Amino acid sequence: MIRQLFRYKGGVKLSDHKQESSSQPIQKVTLPKRLILPLQQHIGAPASAIVSVGERVLKGQMIAKSDGHISAPVHASTSGRVVEITDFAIPHPSGLKAPCIVIESDGNDAWCDHRKPVDDCHHYTPEQIREHIRHAGVVGLGGAGFPSFLKLTVGSERVVETLILNGAECEPFISCDDRLMRERAEEIIKGLMVMQHALVAKACVIGVEENKPEAAAALRSAISALAVEVEVVEVPTLYPTGGEKQLIKILTNKEIPPKTLPIEKRVVVHNVGTAAAVYRAICLGEPLISRVITIAGAVKKPGNYEIPFGISAAQLLEQVGIEEESVERIIHGGPMMGFALNTLDVPLIKTSNCLLVTDPNTVPLRNKQLALACIRCGSCADVCPINLLPQQLYWHSRAKDFDKAQDYNLFDCIECGCCDYVCPSQIPLVQYFRFAKTSIWQAEQDKKQAELAKERHEFRQFRIEREKAEKKARHKAKAAKVAAKNVGADDKKKAIEEAMARVKAKKQQQEANVSASKTEPGDNT
Amino acid sequence: MQLNTPSSPHIHSGYQLSQLMQRVLLALLPAIVLYVLFFGWGIVVNILIAVVAALAFEALALLLRKRPLAPYLGDYSAVLTAVLLALALPPLAPWWLIVVATFFAIVFAKHLYGGLGYNPFNPAMIGYVVVLISFPREVTSWLPPEAVSGQVVSFIDALRASFTGILGNGIPPDTLSMATPLDHVKTQLTQNHAISEIITGNGIFGQLAGSGWEWINLAFMVGGIWLIYKKVIHWYIPVAMLGTLVLISGLFWLIDAERYASPLFHLLSGGAILGAFFIATDPVTASTTNRGRILYGIGIGLLVYIIRSWGGYPEGVAFAVLLMNMLAPTLDYYTQPRVFGRGR
Repeated sequence: MIRQLFRYKGGVKLSDHKQESSSQPIQKVTLPKRLILPLQQHIGAPASAIVSVGERVLKGQMIAKSDGHISAPVHASTSGRVVEITDFAIPHPSGLKAPCIVIESDGNDAWCDHRKPVDDCHHYTPEQIREHIRHAGVVGLGGAGFPSFLKLTVGSERVVETLILNGAECEPFISCDDRLMRERAEEIIKGLMVMQHALVAKACVIGVEENKPEAAAALRSAISALAVEVEVVEVPTLYPTGGEKQLIKILTNKEIPPKTLPIEKRVVVHNVGTAAAVYRAICLGEPLISRVITIAGAVKKPGNYEIPFGISAAQLLEQVGIEEESVERIIHGGPMMGFALNTLDVPLIKTSNCLLVTDPNTVPLRNKQLALACIRCGSCADVCPINLLPQQLYWHSRAKDFDKAQDYNLFDCIECGCCDYVCPSQIPLVQYFRFAKTSIWQAEQDKKQAELAKERHEFRQFRIEREKAEKKARHKAKAAKVAAKNVGADDKKKAIEEAMARVKAKKQQQEANVSASKTEPGDNT
Repeated sequence: MQLNTPSSPHIHSGYQLSQLMQRVLLALLPAIVLYVLFFGWGIVVNILIAVVAALAFEALALLLRKRPLAPYLGDYSAVLTAVLLALALPPLAPWWLIVVATFFAIVFAKHLYGGLGYNPFNPAMIGYVVVLISFPREVTSWLPPEAVSGQVVSFIDALRASFTGILGNGIPPDTLSMATPLDHVKTQLTQNHAISEIITGNGIFGQLAGSGWEWINLAFMVGGIWLIYKKVIHWYIPVAMLGTLVLISGLFWLIDAERYASPLFHLLSGGAILGAFFIATDPVTASTTNRGRILYGIGIGLLVYIIRSWGGYPEGVAFAVLLMNMLAPTLDYYTQPRVFGRGR
């Protein structure tokens, strides 16, 4: 049976530039002396360190444990000594620093003895398998880094109809999944079987773009060798088919609404690399400590490399060979959605799928000349895979009319960059959309803070009023007592005493107010 | 190592605004060639005057607005406006008429609103309407085809006529001028002549519509279809506009063929085709959603027919486009496409 494929609207055809890196087998790299392991290599809360400076660690030993539900642990990628736990630059668009554990390698690369391979996952319950995967620190290797065990969890009432493995790899230059599928197809299929068991999924489908026929063939032969039921589907080569929701649409015709997880439509998608990592975690008992990364562009030896996490971009590129003088930009990820690094002294982590080194000859970058006016030609709307109207979003974002921008569904934008890519006026559209989004988030945060301040202020006013009323009541009671004592005394004396009491009360109240207002500011903190 | 960190995407298709405009100009070329064959060189002189004036006004406006000259002059948008305007005006029109129209198109309709991309109204049509209303005699004096008048207009003739008002043989061109087929039909109809009576035996009518015009308009259509094929424009506006025009004119023609001209005549006379593929599709001033474009095209088609049949002017493309320009932002707002994953 040939599966009927569906089409999402939009998308662009890009020249894939994959040959140069995909023609070589995956290569090993020399283990560097120093490895920098960020505590956050995933989406969610950063892990918390469970080793201290000076401690000896072994390869595969957990050095930071997950902190909270949406988090993932970090393991030592080689054996050695913890020499520092401090902030370092990490691969992130902000260029900011974050806490990292630095390991000085002892060169032995000695495994810890915690490895407990599982020969048949069916002897374990889905919960046990998930827990195992969680402990192995497996996160989505397609680029987002969402902790995988969460995407292997189904609610009790939910059924997974289709478990999709994403082997589309639609960004130009990147070929790490392609090589992985060609060389480790069996690992991927075995990992997929573990995932299927964990999800109790009814059917498994692997989507591979048509420009990777070798990968599809390798997967098919692994499937028949293992005698399992998995469908390999070649999907049209079109960017951004590798987007989770786009691939689901193509394979199942289901559209996953914004802010909704695919599981709600009975679909789960994992990257092929993640499946291989699951295989290693379950069948070999190895936590996630390495991955395949594509090095492409202006390098001497473009290709795919198996790297231990924590190796820095500089250390890796030194082994691959670059001409520093002519380098324009180094992109972490692909040319469409990746971000440019501001320094090479960043460690490569679980989500590092590609380093693209650009120079004017190999990768012609976008012309940064002055952007011309938007003529509303609508090319952007034609290629938008979400069916947005980028020209309208741009108009309103530029005018800082953020309410209007949200009327045009600004937050549905996935920042794939198709609109930007085709814009004849070379307007950096995605940049405008990011600006609008962050401005709105900022405004929301400010509003929340203002509301909190208002609440505090109102409570203070209320408290002052209450205290005043209480004092008044107290004085009244006192005065009544005095009056009761002097029953029978002459009116004049009574009047004098009453007046005195009033004066006293007034004075007291004034004093109390003064002292109260003096102490108030402190109450706000 | 100093590295740049602009945000993604890092690559671009290389497609440029100037390329887009050049393609539109290229698509106009076959029709212009036929225009010269049928009506002489007047149109070329028109185009030259308009282009020179448009670039001069564009440069002036950019200087006054303190904008860089090169990128904006090089985007070909002023050239395109000028050529469209020249095609809307009669050949052998006096030079000042073209310059005045260009001035209003470039300075008033475009730069006073903020330049390319910010103009709510189609600049070429604004320029045309200004001179149509201000100088109706000059704007409605069209030459008949050379084959009809027997007067061959060379380039030198056209140039001289444009600047001195006199053709080579010493006669002013307006003695040659005749009403356009649309105009002629309209005036004759008001005098209670039947269509068949009006058309039969009159040299300005050809096999399909106006003599000469029918072929020029077909050439505009070929150019327009090429633009659709090249994805420079979308099919929605031209198809909706011409479809509406054909439908409604067909309806009235079926009711009374002697009082209402045929759909073919409406389609191939006047500026319907030029308007549908090249003017109504001006992206800046048109609706930008697909459903909006269809409604926009329908609106123009209807207005063109209404103005031609019952309005004060023989041709209504310019007014129809400008009127629908006003509606475009509203159409856009209410015709947003269904966003992926939403509203199903």
